[in-house]
Formats: sequence, structure tokens, C-alpha cells
Amino acid sequence: MKIRILVPAAVLALIVGAIAMSGAARTASEPIELLNVSYDPTRELYRDVNEAFAAHWLAKTGQAVTVHQSHGGAGKQARAVIDGLQADVVTLALAYDIDAIAKHTSNLPTDWQKRLPHNSSPYTSTIVFLVRKGNPKHIRDWDDLLRPGVAIVTPNPKTSGGARWNYLAAWGYVLRRELGDLSELHDPAAAAEVAAAEAAALTFVSDLYARVPVFDSGARGSTNTFVRNGIGDVLLAWENEAFLAAAELGAGEFEVVVPSVSILAEPPVTVVDHWAREHGTLEVAQAYLEFLYSPQGQRLAARHYYRPVSPEHADATDLARFPALDLITVDDVFGGWQQAQRVHFDDGGVFDRITAGGR
Amino acid sequence: MAGAGGGHRAAPRPRSGMSEPAPVRRLLIAATLVVAGCVLVLPLASVFAEALRGGLGAYLASFRDPEALAAIRLTLLVAAIAVPVNVLFGLSAAWAIAKFSFPGKRLLITLIDLPYAVSPVVSGLVYIMIYGANGVFGPWLAAHDLQVIFAVPGIVLATIFVTFPFVARELIPLMEEQGTEQEQAAMTLGASGWQTFRRVTLPNVRWALLYGVILCNARAMGEFGAVSVVSGHIRGKTATMPLQVEILYNEYNHVAAFAVASLLAMLALVTLVAKAVVERRAGAAAAQITTTEVETEPQRREAP
Repeated sequence: MKIRILVPAAVLALIVGAIAMSGAARTASEPIELLNVSYDPTRELYRDVNEAFAAHWLAKTGQAVTVHQSHGGAGKQARAVIDGLQADVVTLALAYDIDAIAKHTSNLPTDWQKRLPHNSSPYTSTIVFLVRKGNPKHIRDWDDLLRPGVAIVTPNPKTSGGARWNYLAAWGYVLRRELGDLSELHDPAAAAEVAAAEAAALTFVSDLYARVPVFDSGARGSTNTFVRNGIGDVLLAWENEAFLAAAELGAGEFEVVVPSVSILAEPPVTVVDHWAREHGTLEVAQAYLEFLYSPQGQRLAARHYYRPVSPEHADATDLARFPALDLITVDDVFGGWQQAQRVHFDDGGVFDRITAGGR
Repeated sequence: MAGAGGGHRAAPRPRSGMSEPAPVRRLLIAATLVVAGCVLVLPLASVFAEALRGGLGAYLASFRDPEALAAIRLTLLVAAIAVPVNVLFGLSAAWAIAKFSFPGKRLLITLIDLPYAVSPVVSGLVYIMIYGANGVFGPWLAAHDLQVIFAVPGIVLATIFVTFPFVARELIPLMEEQGTEQEQAAMTLGASGWQTFRRVTLPNVRWALLYGVILCNARAMGEFGAVSVVSGHIRGKTATMPLQVEILYNEYNHVAAFAVASLLAMLALVTLVAKAVVERRAGAAAAQITTTEVETEPQRREAP
């Protein structure tokens, strides 16, 4: 009967061994490693940035650095960091998701967004439409999305940052259309008009989400649904994602449509102090994020269709691709991300009510 | 899956008593072939077609990518830990359940089946709740600088969980059917517990065991759901082959995605072939046992 004791002992030994091995592997590395936990569409950008930064850091300090990447919907990624994914830096789709990490853990200070210039966003983006070749459904602006027979593809706002920007852009568009001037939002005398505009926005966004056949968990999943699986007539997408899809996936098969009004999306970056300190990577992590603001980082951002915060460093041909459009901001229209999240996306918020009623 | 082990026990029955009219038979066969073709063969073929779309050079180049190699290595490592663990567990559990009676036996059998019933996503989340930063053991693990979730140990644990029943489920029905007579005989002749197990029990179940190992291995290498939840998706570090397929696909790198997928498909084919071989051998072994039993039966009755 000895075997009965031997078996659990062997199992335990194996598990403990595996844990110990992974622990040893982490501490024994001489060339330094960074983990950048990012959102979905930044894959191509950070592949180039990581290579350029590694060369930059090697030349500057003589130390080899490998930056590892993890990508997914921004909400999901923030959740993973809260649950213990040991990110040295996070580069997510919106400030709220990094706020969530600061709120649920003590891994970084709550005022993280003040640590780097431009609200810690080295590049910005916006939301545009991607349609099929020749624009068969004649989609020019937000109102065209609600015409009969138009199916819309957008990811799930619960897990995807891009999806939340999509939602808020649509909402902001209706407010702008109804009110004309968004300063009325802050004018107590116009309260009745604002309430009517908000009601119109609710109807508009409800109708919009009733036309979404598939909710993917991240922006890249939605792009694949639209592009590869051929589902839907229009994809609400990050500007960078739309241009990438239009340029790389069978040029000429898709067209980018720029609406009259969209939202200024600021995807922020920050060091996760706790893990960087733990891994001894604080300095290189800081340098990595600063590199994003450097002329080289800015040029790479523009090349990958992100709007650089210092356009003077980017190539003129890259900049020429960005269309001029009217951009609203989350702070102006929604009172900042905390409030937007609470009102629209938290459990029991507007988005939940829309989707519960419509389906 | 649970009933798969029964395959080699069902002897071919003579079907002379029933016969459908030929057209019906042909229609049924054709319908089966069409469905099997659309559901099974076509997707499998398309995996290889997509993988080879850019030519053999591009296909092979996909495997020189360090991230793909890391994914293959990690998958092999995970299977190399999960399969032996489940073999040890499956053997001991099946032995205990089939050869002894003890309180809680039914409960244990039900527990073994749990991973079949639970969605892999849930099993992944449960590990996060236990070993994650905010989990039950989270603070203790952090204090000792150990990382389970979003690292290799978490992937191994999740894989062990989902492949838990495969070996035990193959062995239990066979061992129960075989009964304890041979073991009792061995014991009577003075064999120790370990000798009995090694010389009598193990040889009797070796084909079912192998069958369980094959299925367990296929699932361990192919598991997506539970592993996806606990992996953290760090490319080159915590991405197994199925996760790497998803990453590559999401990066519009379709040739590479389907190249890695083709490895998994080949694994499936190898599994099927191995399974067929084992089934045939097991069938032969079972037939042999039956004939010996029949021959020895009269002598045993005469003995007392």
C-alpha cells in the first residue's frame, strides 16, 4: 500500500518543482527583460518600438533589453494586472483601466497620469469607420449607420477600451448634433435642452447597438470579424486599426470613412511601480516610456497611424494621412473617465440597460 | 469521451436479423459521409491549405520564429508534466475505486468527472481566485516570491485540471469488470501489494492505460480555454501552441497561424492513428483474456 502515499507525494513534488523552476528563471536573467501589457491594436506599433528601444538602450548603457508583449482588450488586460500579471509597464487604451489597477492594487499611485506629459499619452487616436470597397451602403457619417439594413461591428465595451471610445464617440456626436455648441452642457440655463439631447443620444446609441451582430472582446477580434469573416457593413474602429486594415489586408478592399465628429482618444502609458521595483527594472521601464515621446518614438507612432503628440518629429508623409476632423473630449462631454465609466459602462449602467432591453 | 473506453468491449454483433432496403442504406451512408466531410475533413484540409498558401518555404519559416518555438517548447513541457501526473493519479484512483470499497467512493467518482462538466473558462477563473494576486494564497505566494498564475505553474495546473479524468475514466470500468480475483490469487501466493500491482493489475490494464494517456496528451497539448484564462498571453513566455495560433491569427499572420495550427492538427491525426492501433491491440488482448477464462472456468469449479 506504499504506493498510495507515494503518488500524492510525487504530484506535490512535481508542482513544487515547477513553481521553483519558474522562480529561479526570473531571478537568474542577466540581460534585462520588461513586460509591456498593452491593448489590442498596438501589436505592430510595439513590435517596432521594442526593437528600436532595445537598440537605443544597448547603445546607451551596453545592456541588452528584451521587451515582452501581452495584448488583449484593455479592460481584460487591466483585470489580469490586478490579478497578478507582473507588468513592468502598462500601455492601455484609456485612463480608466489604469485607474482601475491603481484603485484595486497598490501597484502604482493614483496620480499616475500626471507623471508624463500630455496626460501620459505619447500618441492619440480617434474613432473612424471602415467600410467595404466602394462603400456599398453609402456610409458618410454617424446618421447613416442607422439606415435600414446596415449591420455594425464593434467590440464589447465591457472588455474593450476601443469599444468604449466607439460608444462615447456616437453619444458625443448626437449631443453635438442636437445642441450645436457643447458648452451648453455646462450651462445650467440650458438644462432642458441638454436633457432632450441626452435622450436623443440614448435612442441613437440603443438603435446602434441593436445592429451589432457580434461582440468581440477586443478591437482586433472585431477587425477580424469584419475583415476576415466578412460580417457587417461597417466597422467602428480605432483610426490606426482602420488604416492598418485598409492598407495591409488586401489594399483596395476596404475604405476608411471619417465622420464629421469623433472623439479624441488618449491611450495612456505608465510604469507599474511595484513590479518594476520588484524586478529591478524601474530605470529601464521609465526610459522605455520616455522613448515613446522621443523623436524616434514619435516617428514610429505616426508610421503606425497613431497621431503623435509632437508631430514635428514625424515624417510629413505619415502626418498627411491623418484627416482633419472635429474631435470632442471625454473631459468636456462626459466629465472625465471616472464618470463616463460609472454612468455608461459599470454594471447596471446605460450600456447594460440598452443591451438588456434590445435582446 | 467517458464512454470511449467501452469501444473495445463491444464485440461485433451478427446483423443477419435486420436489413434495411438498399436505397435507405445508401442514403444513410451518403448523409453520414457528407456531414463528416463538411464537419471534419474539410476544416482539417483547410488548415493545411491555409498553412501552405505561401509555399513550403513560408510554412517552414514559421517554425524558425523564436516565439513559435517557445510556444512549442512550452506546450511540450506542460504535457510532459500534466500527463505523468494524471497517469499516476488515474492509476491510483482507478485502483482504489475498482479494487477496494470505502466510504465516499461514489463521491470520488463524481469528483473525477468534474472537469468534464465544468467549462474550462470557469476552471481557469477558479485558479485565479485561488492563486491570483487577490486569491486565497495570493499574499502568501507574493511574500515568497512565487508566481503561479500568468506563469508556467498556472498553465500546468489548469492543464492538469482539464485532463484530470482522462486516464482514470478509461481505467475504472475495465478494472471494475476485471474484478479482484487475480489480485486475490496473487496475494494468496504471497505477493506484496506492489508486486500484485506491477505484475497483475498493470499488465491487465496496459492498453486502456495507453489509450487514456493518448487522449490525455491530446487534450493537454490542445487545451485553449482554461490555459487562456491563466496564461497572461505573454508571447514567447506563457503562450502555448493554441494561444500562439490565436495571437498570430489576430496579427493577420495567417500563414504562421495555420502553420502552428497544422502542428496541432498533425498531433490530432497521430492521436487518432495511435488510438486505432491501441484499440485493436486492446481488443485482441481482451479476446485472449476471455478465452483463457473460459478454458479455466471448469477447472476452477471442480477445484473445491
